[in-house]
Amino acid sequence: MPGQVASLITEPWPWYVAGPLIGLVVPALLVFVGHAFGISSSFRDICAATLPGKLEFFAYDWRDSAWRLAFAVGLVVGGLVGWVLLGPADMSGPAVAISGATRTDLAAMGITDQTGLAPPQLFTWRALGSLPGLLVLIGGGWLVGFGTRWAGGCTSGHAISGMSNLQLASLIAVAGFFAGGIVSAHWLLPLILRGLG
Amino acid sequence: MNGRSLRIVLRALLIGVLFGFVLVKSEVLSWYRIQEMFRFQSFHMYGILGSAVLTAMVSLQVLRRMGIRMPDGRPCGMEPKVTAGLNTRYWAGGAAFGLGWGILGACPGPIYALIGSGYTVMLVSLAAALAGTWTYGALRNRLPHY
Repeated sequence: MPGQVASLITEPWPWYVAGPLIGLVVPALLVFVGHAFGISSSFRDICAATLPGKLEFFAYDWRDSAWRLAFAVGLVVGGLVGWVLLGPADMSGPAVAISGATRTDLAAMGITDQTGLAPPQLFTWRALGSLPGLLVLIGGGWLVGFGTRWAGGCTSGHAISGMSNLQLASLIAVAGFFAGGIVSAHWLLPLILRGLG
Repeated sequence: MNGRSLRIVLRALLIGVLFGFVLVKSEVLSWYRIQEMFRFQSFHMYGILGSAVLTAMVSLQVLRRMGIRMPDGRPCGMEPKVTAGLNTRYWAGGAAFGLGWGILGACPGPIYALIGSGYTVMLVSLAAALAGTWTYGALRNRLPHY
């Protein structure tokens, strides 16, 4: 019995367990915090808090968004607890149960080490010394930060929060997310990964 | 004032911890899962997104019908997002976000959770995302929105 409980915590959860739990973040934040679910605005809050500038977009009292910054810190802690403390004991093998087709495609693109949550060839400090690493970590991050603010939300604010509230704006944004993502995954990423050598 | 009182902030922190934990357990924060999703090679991510939206939708209805109020006394709800004209900001901004999502394999929530998961190099991606957000703030008046 203790073993079964332990495996519930250490094993990955199926979509029908994880999805509803993620969906419950929307009412939880409304009822207990009083705000709509959204994470990417924390990027704006951090800019407003750390960069004293003349830009009107960042001229507001970020302390009113303290809850969102705390939520972001909570995410970091949740990641630490879930993976570092309660993650798989054996990290040497493929830890994430993706489909064989994806493994084959990624290997063909040069992602030969498919361990951990993200490929070590790209997601280590050493990878910053390579062009593919730089493009993925910095280019990808920049686009995420720029695009999400232009669109007025990310996966949480538009795809989950906005769609559950039947917002047309969010439906358009999510169509944009997927159009961009499909282009990246099928054409841009293979191009970038050519530089892995 | 309602976003900064200690009690509210601690609640947000706790919900964040639980959400981050679920992101790990569901493998949503994995770069491999995002590649698999955009290659349409598994139902996993679509099942998660779909059931999350459905759960949130039903929850919102329940909160409204029961007349449950937020901590500041207003009824539970969200401000509607403005749609007008060509809605450029949503499709163009969305596409820019998607291009980044497909490369980095992480959206904002997972960026934070991955830092905690030991992928500390994501601090660099977080800094890049902040730079992207700042760039938007600088170009805002020159970008088409609607």
